[in-house]
Amino acid sequence: MSTRLARTGRFINKSKPVAFSFNGRNLKGVAGDTLASALLANDQMLVGRSFKYHRPRGVIASGAEEPNGLVNLGKGESFEPNARVTTTELFEGLTATSQNHFPSLEFDVGAINTHLSRFLPAGFYYKMFMFPAPFWKHVYEPFIRKSAGLGKAPKQRDENTYEHFNIEADVLVIGGGIAGLAAALAAGQSGARTVVMEQTAHWGGRAPVDGAVIDGKPAEDWIAETLAALSEMPNVTLRTRCMGAGVYDHGFVLGYERVSDHAPQPGGLKHRLWRVRAKQVVTATGAIERPLSFATNDLPGVVLASAVRDYVVNFGVSLGDRTVVVTNNDDAYRTAITLKEAGLEVPAIIDARTEANGELPQKARALGIRVETGKGIASVKGGKRVTGVAICAQAGEGAVLEEISCDCVAMSGGWSPIVHLWSHCGGKLNWDADQAMFRPDLDRAPTGADGLPFVTAAGVANGHLFTAEGIADGFAAGRAAAKVTGHSQKAGQAPMGEDAAEDPLEPVWLMPQGASYKLRSKAWLDFQNDVKVSDVQLAAQEGFESVEHAKRYTTLGMATDQGKISNINGLAILADQLGAEIPAVGTTTFRPPYTPISMASIAGPAQRDLFQPVRKTPMSGWHTANGAFYEPVGQWRRPYAYLRGSETVHEAVNREVVNARTNTGLLDASTLGKLIVSGPDAGKFLDMMYTNMMSTLPVGKCRYGLMCTENGFLSDDGVVARIDDNTWLCHTTTGGAERIHAWMEDWLQCEWWDWQVYVANVTEQLAQVAVVGPNARKLLESLGGMDLSKEALPFMQWADGTLGSFDARVYRISFSGELSYEIAVPASQGRAFWDKLLEAGEAFGIMPYGTEALHIMRAEKGLIMIGDETDGTIIPQDLNLQWALSKKKEDYLGKRAHLRSHMADPNRWKLVGLETLDGSVLPDGAYAIADGVNANGQGNTQGRVTSTYFSPTLKKGIAMGLVHKGPDRMGEVISFTNIGGEPIKARIVDPVFYDKDGEKQNV
Amino acid sequence: MLILHCPNCGQNVDETDLHSGGEAHLKRFGPGSSDQEFEDYLFMRENPKGVHFERWHHSFGCGKWFLAARCTNTLEVFGTYSAQTLEPPKEIIDRIIARRPDWVKGAKT
Amino acid sequence: MFNAVSALDHRTFAGDVTIREDGLRGMISLRGDMSLAKLKSVCTSLTGVAFPAQGQANSDGAQGLAWMSPDEVLVMVAHDAVDDALAKIAKALKGQHHLAVNVSDARAVLIVEGPYVRDVIAKLAPVDLHPDAFGPGSFRRSRLGQVAAAFWMRDDQSVAVICFRSVADYAFDLLKAAAQGGPVGHFPDS
Repeated sequence: MSTRLARTGRFINKSKPVAFSFNGRNLKGVAGDTLASALLANDQMLVGRSFKYHRPRGVIASGAEEPNGLVNLGKGESFEPNARVTTTELFEGLTATSQNHFPSLEFDVGAINTHLSRFLPAGFYYKMFMFPAPFWKHVYEPFIRKSAGLGKAPKQRDENTYEHFNIEADVLVIGGGIAGLAAALAAGQSGARTVVMEQTAHWGGRAPVDGAVIDGKPAEDWIAETLAALSEMPNVTLRTRCMGAGVYDHGFVLGYERVSDHAPQPGGLKHRLWRVRAKQVVTATGAIERPLSFATNDLPGVVLASAVRDYVVNFGVSLGDRTVVVTNNDDAYRTAITLKEAGLEVPAIIDARTEANGELPQKARALGIRVETGKGIASVKGGKRVTGVAICAQAGEGAVLEEISCDCVAMSGGWSPIVHLWSHCGGKLNWDADQAMFRPDLDRAPTGADGLPFVTAAGVANGHLFTAEGIADGFAAGRAAAKVTGHSQKAGQAPMGEDAAEDPLEPVWLMPQGASYKLRSKAWLDFQNDVKVSDVQLAAQEGFESVEHAKRYTTLGMATDQGKISNINGLAILADQLGAEIPAVGTTTFRPPYTPISMASIAGPAQRDLFQPVRKTPMSGWHTANGAFYEPVGQWRRPYAYLRGSETVHEAVNREVVNARTNTGLLDASTLGKLIVSGPDAGKFLDMMYTNMMSTLPVGKCRYGLMCTENGFLSDDGVVARIDDNTWLCHTTTGGAERIHAWMEDWLQCEWWDWQVYVANVTEQLAQVAVVGPNARKLLESLGGMDLSKEALPFMQWADGTLGSFDARVYRISFSGELSYEIAVPASQGRAFWDKLLEAGEAFGIMPYGTEALHIMRAEKGLIMIGDETDGTIIPQDLNLQWALSKKKEDYLGKRAHLRSHMADPNRWKLVGLETLDGSVLPDGAYAIADGVNANGQGNTQGRVTSTYFSPTLKKGIAMGLVHKGPDRMGEVISFTNIGGEPIKARIVDPVFYDKDGEKQNV
Repeated sequence: MLILHCPNCGQNVDETDLHSGGEAHLKRFGPGSSDQEFEDYLFMRENPKGVHFERWHHSFGCGKWFLAARCTNTLEVFGTYSAQTLEPPKEIIDRIIARRPDWVKGAKT
Repeated sequence: MFNAVSALDHRTFAGDVTIREDGLRGMISLRGDMSLAKLKSVCTSLTGVAFPAQGQANSDGAQGLAWMSPDEVLVMVAHDAVDDALAKIAKALKGQHHLAVNVSDARAVLIVEGPYVRDVIAKLAPVDLHPDAFGPGSFRRSRLGQVAAAFWMRDDQSVAVICFRSVADYAFDLLKAAAQGGPVGHFPDS
């Protein structure tokens, strides 16, 4: 059984018990435990079920590479699925439940799949769920979704907060093992701005566990001294619980800091995403031990040899009383020695190599441990946990020589440097045949903006597996990186490491090497996704020879652990099956993040009310307090209508329209874009920007203008006012202010940079209010200060003055067909002005109206709306706006495009009004039906509805639409599509439905 | 994440503060141009694997446009320079040739 | 004048780092040839501070000058002094192509102050806030979360932020959230 040892681990404090629960069972751990070590201390070896076959699974590793130990953590607002037990630090009150089982972890009906495994081979889903097609939606997909999917998605909103942090660094060291610390020391001493990120809560990595000696001292002492020295350096930042998640172009690196996962605070800051712009990156990310592929190597109790050692040394936890060590290298002997020295039994070390005479094997033998060379494991015995191993000759086919009873198997297939961060941005790898591993090729490093390398791998991650070479490599890498960034103050001496001499490993990709199909089909490669040796071999047989294809076909390495312990073993099997060399097969692509990071950390502060900016006008407070029903217009929220009492939105809109047409309406038009264009060449410039002539507009007057793209398509419209000889003020649509400003700057900066024109966006400087309706003039004149009579301020003119006590610019323009003024005041006076109008307007039946009333009134007048009548493919001619296309001008943006054959085609759909025969409202976007079908068998069309409303003024449906040769077909009745109903008949009419002669606005 | 030097305000700027404006050094064709010239101007763009000249707008910063010479393959930046120019300045060309000896200016890819 | 209000009407968040909306401030966007001596001198005489170099803002209380772009300087004066300042600029630059526009009400000024003010800004803007790179007087236009903003260091524990008026609410709440997240402990004391 697994249990807590008497000897205290490095990380734990036995005097501080910590209560937690697993699957509802109350358990005790101690301060410093991970959830994994605490579960193991409670003999909870079984932690989950596998994804496909629902096989019982236990912890296999001690760190980020763990594939099996995934749990649901917390509940309600702090619920988190797929938490890795090996990287989850224990805290008081932690609650965890296991995943992937029904009804319980101990008894799972899905485990029947393991007996059906012959029928669930690689590519099963692809083969099985192809036909018939309709089954996908109703049978296959629901079934697969139900049986797939690891942890459950949270049901409640996350209670915690998240943030980003932007920094620059000269040298970013990823990994706080001894190589990383040595790199940091060198970089820090050189004077570089240095940041060190360590994903765990502890510095020093594996060195203390492995008994490394540095500068003549135990590694632990050197680490403490080095940390003390680094802490004194103001140019060095040290960060634990912070994972280098991804290395991106131009030295951009994401660091994922788990601020409070180890000590959760309800509502507190949980994760911080560091966005680092690093000049140089040192990846000192260590290595991951590989499992060995033998039959039933997935039973709980079969654990990586290094992890067995970690649990004993760091956490004071033994995984079993009797541990068989199986290996192809010397390093695993450290585990046997550690166990023996801790007073535990090691019945045998099974070494696949024919000889094992290095320093460590000799020491193991001296301790009385039986060493069997040239042997392998034929299979592991047991059900839900290990009870013994069957031993065979490694060179054979698996004939059992002997069974040894044990409750733990410590396996080691050698080490793979963690090359992920090196590889993210293009670092290349070489195959090191002697050490049977891929390692960074420093001559093919990721390159940055200057075309030069910006990532260095160091230490174990660089293939230097031993203390002496690893720590020296780290120090050299730190110094070199600092030097590249221009920091070369004298650094101290490089630390010196000492190692036991180790004999080379012998690559073992299958145990025994001639294992039968029966054994191979039980030899797991990918524990999380249930991929076995036989699956990869099948994929190769079926032609999935590319490593990327084999990966996707078998799902090898596609689980949440991204195949950290399985990829190399899998591709070695693939290479063997293909008769190719491992480097010829190559690796799959390493993509960030290194381990999954929370979605919320990516969003950072962009959640809840800060999800996106909401733009507010000076009058927004009034709108909200007075029943505004908002609609989004870009990032603005504009009142669609103001609801009174119990009325519906539709009723409110109708009321607002009728009131504006009979009394006075008030519209917050502050969101309209306002651009000042000024300079000696401003007129010439505006003549290029607008299709009509703006240079001839007299001072004091307004003109409606159209803007086209170079493609000739309508892009924006609005009223332009001539302010003085050199200055124009251009109104844009609400959504167009920033876009048109940028558009003007683009032409001024990049095409006509010798023209003397400046543009300023004053949209937000001014609050603008439209006062609309028969009483509009009376209301404004009641404020006093300006003569707004027909004579003093005719239609399409403007005047500056003081209205009441407000600094006002009054435009006599109308988008409603009524007598109408738009008044701009400084934004700081906007709310007071609005309030004043409401107060003064009481006598004139004033009512604010929203954007829907605005839309209806303009549609009643046949006025187009950018975004309704236009969609980026509409030219002014389509909307019968030829009058706004200057014939006098040699050039304007879009003019050349209008000469293209398709633009001049008489068969284009053109704007008309539409009236249903029964007075109903046409569906928005409905198509006009034409005879026949097209080449795809779809019904032909001859037009579509662009705007459609119920007109409260005319008390019937009105619409505008684009119809083939529409203006030539006045009076004709055509049919429109109506989803779920009979086509609707409508008559083609003049789009101006109301006050055709414009008498109302011209009073 | 591209990080480009804005020659207008002197800052090294994240891609997220910039807006890409496509190929640089296009010649505008207006009224009087042939259909072919106009089509080329509007629609035809280089898409090289390698050296590329492009427009960038420092939209969240100084509001100015600049041009960049960049390798689309490795993302190496050969330099950024003023938008008020009809062709890349000599020092940019020299830098490209030093880094990409096989590159031929103006060659269609 | 009466009842003119700033975007957030002096809203304040009190914490280890405080945030306050600074009320109305006169701001003029001045476009022109920044190398002109008379442009520099009128700016200096209006504000009492030296003309800023690229990437700098010089301020004295609510008055100041900020380098916006190669052809734009932001002139900050009292809110009620803008008309007078515009007249002086017009007079000084008569006959010279330029554009001076009152943008006071288009913007909001937020003052962020406290021991970890650098952290608060660095949480929101992709800018190097290290004291070696961004000291008192440094000015930067970038983004704050999802909106455009400009900011400069008034002193080592005080940053002034300018954003558009329409998003002042968002910017304030964003700064508040960043302040509430606490110090990060990365930047050295300066």
